[in-house]
Amino acid sequence: MTQFLLRRLVLVLPVLVGILFVSFALARLIPGDPCYVALGEHATKEVCDAFRLRFGLNDPILVQFVRYATQVLQGNFGASIRSQRPVLDIVLERLPMTIEVTIGAMLFSTIVGITLGIVSAVRQNSAIDVVTMIGANIGVSMPVFWLGLLLAYVFALTFKGTPLWIPPSGRLTSGLILPPLTDTFHLTNLSGPAYALVTLASNTVTFNALITGHFEIFRDAIWHLILPCAAVGTIPLSITARMTRSSMLEVLGQDYVRTARAKGLRERVVVLKHALQNALLPIVTIVGLSFGGLLSGAVLTETVFALPGVGTQLVTAILAYDYPVVQAFTVIIALIYVAVNLIVDISYAYLDPRIRLQ
Amino acid sequence: MTAVPSIKDLQLEPASRLKTRTPLQDVLRRLRRHRSAQVGFIVLALLVLVAVFAPVLAPYDPTLPLRDVKRRSPPCIHLLGCPAAQPQHIFGVDGNSRDLLSRIIFGSRLSLSIGFATVTFAILIGTALGAVAGFVGGWTDNIIMRLMDVLLAFPSLLLSIAVVSVLGPGLINALLAISFVSIPVYARIVRASVLQVKEQDYVSASRALGASPLATLLNHVLPNAMTPLIVQGTLGIAGAILDAAALSFLGLGAQPPTPEWGLMLGDERNSIFNAPYLVLFPGIAIMITVLAFNLLGDGMRDALDPRLSQMGIKIK
Repeated sequence: MTQFLLRRLVLVLPVLVGILFVSFALARLIPGDPCYVALGEHATKEVCDAFRLRFGLNDPILVQFVRYATQVLQGNFGASIRSQRPVLDIVLERLPMTIEVTIGAMLFSTIVGITLGIVSAVRQNSAIDVVTMIGANIGVSMPVFWLGLLLAYVFALTFKGTPLWIPPSGRLTSGLILPPLTDTFHLTNLSGPAYALVTLASNTVTFNALITGHFEIFRDAIWHLILPCAAVGTIPLSITARMTRSSMLEVLGQDYVRTARAKGLRERVVVLKHALQNALLPIVTIVGLSFGGLLSGAVLTETVFALPGVGTQLVTAILAYDYPVVQAFTVIIALIYVAVNLIVDISYAYLDPRIRLQ
Repeated sequence: MTAVPSIKDLQLEPASRLKTRTPLQDVLRRLRRHRSAQVGFIVLALLVLVAVFAPVLAPYDPTLPLRDVKRRSPPCIHLLGCPAAQPQHIFGVDGNSRDLLSRIIFGSRLSLSIGFATVTFAILIGTALGAVAGFVGGWTDNIIMRLMDVLLAFPSLLLSIAVVSVLGPGLINALLAISFVSIPVYARIVRASVLQVKEQDYVSASRALGASPLATLLNHVLPNAMTPLIVQGTLGIAGAILDAAALSFLGLGAQPPTPEWGLMLGDERNSIFNAPYLVLFPGIAIMITVLAFNLLGDGMRDALDPRLSQMGIKIK
């Protein structure tokens, strides 16, 4: 297993270099002189020469790339052209919201998707199977932001005044304030990775509220997350349900399932233990693969639910030509994506020992 | 002496009566019998008709604001009791006093062309790269495929957003971005097929007969790699339409007053509580179109490559 892990980690390295290269190249491909892009059209030649010297734009491209890669690995993404704030601070502020929506949507889609898939497979061709499969086909064809708008309409307007009302926008009910973790735990003078981690955890409202015992705020945050997560999770839910169904159908026809039934095991044990465990591999694959879609979905849906995440910031940055911000978010999201794929690969090896030996 | 029967006298079974079908006939037969492919095909045929005859079908101009019409007025359908004195607007009127139905009808032109254009572009480039990688092998293969791996390391929609940030917002740039990020999928498919096909005897035979590598590639290798490409292409159109709508929704794709469905949703997203019909109908249009391509793609996968569907693989 250790050997497998090491081999898998070594394989990630070229991809990491590639990601850094793509994001470096993106900023290089921007039409026009970077000096005029950053300082405006009226920058004089002297100012531009100084600018190029300061940012090393006259150096060979390879030197510039190595410098960029080193800076990124140290967590230095430069400053936003628009607000002059360090880009890392913006990332640490915005990323938690997107991660919360993504993880929430993933839980929703995986739990509901696998359940529906199992039920459809066990009761093949029943009404619930047909409805689930038609629903799954429609689910993968819907634009996630549109579904978000519809959910907001139904739950915030139609159910207004009933217990089913769910807030259509924002992260917390206005008036609720959650103190940062640095204040709660009296952490001062943090720097480097520790600072980044604590800020990230602090801005993850659900996590912060839970560990500091603000259960009221925790409940409120979850309440606000329901609609975005349901919207973002629907497409992966459909895919997971279809995959679980076909994978389960295949396994349920195997001899060992018949043997289990013949032994007189209860149907529940046969389905959940003997069948599901063996059907899990393709399901894990599809859940892992859907992570990229979930992240994209979260980015898209934030604008619908007015959530302060990566998506809203990314669009503002693009429209304002704020490249350092766009570049940073591109790198960070790709890194998260690669990390998740790595976890999926490792979980294969855990689920199916044959893979370790290949 | 027995007379030798002439060829004419021989009771030969005409070839057509034998139950042999060409592979193409076989595929078409399976496709015709496939329920979801039928539905997808019919819906798409209707959509193409709507797109072609948009100027005839649309009651109003899709971009010019109407006079004497209240902005965001609700649907008025004469058959359903709307007074005949009022002008008929089946889907209502949008925030710029334009007839929503006309905009949605014209939007079908855009969405269908977006889907076909992006996928065609991506397939052309992806096929070229994948074919070269698979056929030449060695370092060329390694470099091309590692580049493709890197592109696949980004969630596709987010990479297209990043590419649009470089090219600048706009419909054409959004299309280029979506095409660019879907190249690796096609390159991988073609490479895999090429690797499989190039070891076949008929390819060696073609080389032995003196055909140039390019001719061998075009005449023998690529045609045999087409099956997965067609399936993925059909499903890819669905994905491209959704991604283009998403970019337009964010304001990074089509720009006003283009009648693009995603842009229509983006423009009216704040009207969801007071004029929900303006959000409902463009979304339904996107959903039906994407659904049709998905159904057709699923059917094609089953018809063209029964092995893939047995494995239950859904490539996205």
